[in-house]
Amino acid sequence: MIVNRKPLTFWEKLYLPAIVGGFKVTIRHALRSLFGGKTVTMEYPEQKWAVPPDYRGAPYLVKDQDGNTKCVSCQLCEFVCPPKAIKIIPPGPAGQSADRSNAEKMPQEFEINMLRCIFCGLCQEVCPEEAIFLQKDYSLTGLSREEMIYDKEKLLALGGVHGGIQKWKQKLEEAKEQETFPVKV
Amino acid sequence: MDWNFIIFSVVKIAIVIGVVQGMVAYAVLAERKISAWIQDRVGPNRAAPPFVKAIPGLGPFMIRLGLFQPLADGLKFMLKEDFTPAGVRKVYFWLAPAIAVIPSMLVIAVIPFGSQLGHQQMVIANLNVGILYTFGIVSLGVYGIVLAGYAANSKYPFLGGIRSSAQMISYEISMGMSVIPVFLIVGNLNLNQIIGWQAQHGWLVLYSPLSFIIFLVAAFAETNRLPFDLPEAETELVGGYHTEYSSMKFALFFLGEYSNMIASAGIMVTLFFGGWTLPFWGLGQSAGAFEGNTALLIGIAHILIFVVKMLLFMVLFIWVRWMFPRFRYDQLMDLGWRKFVPLALVNILVTAVVLWMMS
Repeated sequence: MIVNRKPLTFWEKLYLPAIVGGFKVTIRHALRSLFGGKTVTMEYPEQKWAVPPDYRGAPYLVKDQDGNTKCVSCQLCEFVCPPKAIKIIPPGPAGQSADRSNAEKMPQEFEINMLRCIFCGLCQEVCPEEAIFLQKDYSLTGLSREEMIYDKEKLLALGGVHGGIQKWKQKLEEAKEQETFPVKV
Repeated sequence: MDWNFIIFSVVKIAIVIGVVQGMVAYAVLAERKISAWIQDRVGPNRAAPPFVKAIPGLGPFMIRLGLFQPLADGLKFMLKEDFTPAGVRKVYFWLAPAIAVIPSMLVIAVIPFGSQLGHQQMVIANLNVGILYTFGIVSLGVYGIVLAGYAANSKYPFLGGIRSSAQMISYEISMGMSVIPVFLIVGNLNLNQIIGWQAQHGWLVLYSPLSFIIFLVAAFAETNRLPFDLPEAETELVGGYHTEYSSMKFALFFLGEYSNMIASAGIMVTLFFGGWTLPFWGLGQSAGAFEGNTALLIGIAHILIFVVKMLLFMVLFIWVRWMFPRFRYDQLMDLGWRKFVPLALVNILVTAVVLWMMS
């Protein structure tokens, strides 16, 4: 497309109006950011973005409202994890039992290598116990590779509490009901 | 052999070089800060040695201003790998940064940065042909850039070198011709005498504003600053003539560019804005006319006046950089040859005629 441009007038050819205009615009912006404090910069470590509610950050293990580990060491997340970032050591036949009654197992060790994790959310999606959630942390830093492998204690501490329906507790109550006769449920 | 002269000259040279280097470092900071403010940003505000944060009030303020950024930058330049690409012409490649720096330093030698301290004149070399020497040296500056472009054996530096040689030679002509009216009016080439004349009759920018404008624009072109930064146009030529340089050799080009700015700011102050004088409070006279402590105070005041005037020009240099887009190559040549050269000639002629009529 051909744009019809008006030939410049003599005054415009002198560049002077453009120079004065340039000075005016730049001094306005400079004074505004100097004294008005109106800058577009977000000074990162002090100021942070508001993370949207469905943000997929780092995956952490969560506890239920009674403070028990929700994970039952089923290893589904380990199998589904595309970059193989999750490593679970199950307790084994003679291992330690779960820290809540009626749940069969809990992991002896649960590690997520945050350098491998791609924050895809498949572990959260596949978990039958609602024990692992992608949370809002996005800036994970460490001084060594070893430091970036988060173990069970760290994951639980970072994950916090995520209440839920506690199906194992209900199963326990159902079982207790079965002890008496007639059965009420 | 006059030992007194040698010792004082060495001291003056050392101090001036030290001050200029410091000014270069902080000019880079000023460049970054002013550009940030103009573009609604914050600018460097993090670098700090560990103990500074502990100073209440002042410490965080200094960090916020980025006052320690130049130290970090300098350290980084020192520690970076000094890489020499395989295909370069080694001798010229090593020579070019030095040739880029030395002329700008030499120009500063003739600029009077104050009147007198004690019995010492505050100028390193009080030459009778001061300004001719300046132009002679300034035209050497182009060799550093051309050599850098040639020696790197790579297309972008080559294009940068070509552009710079054409640009600097073109604008040197209008720059040289723009100051001729000044000498017609003053009748002397010695920079100290020019300042003395201005102290008596008023600043030369009032007598010959057109000279000043042409000189100012040509100074922008000579120092490769926007809107005439074609030799190092980042958007077109990667880095221009210094694309292949790294570490201290790159820093030397930077140093050369900023010392050039300082030198041309100094020359403009001297030629058109009365140098170290101010027309009021009796600051127009050399400190040699006073006695004892007054002389010392006035001598220091003169140096400060000169530095402040120069810094104002530096701010103008920096400010303009963040205001205008780059000229196209043909526009640059058009402006240099078809606008400023004839304008400078007319300026000379008119000044000469007016002076002739008045005498």
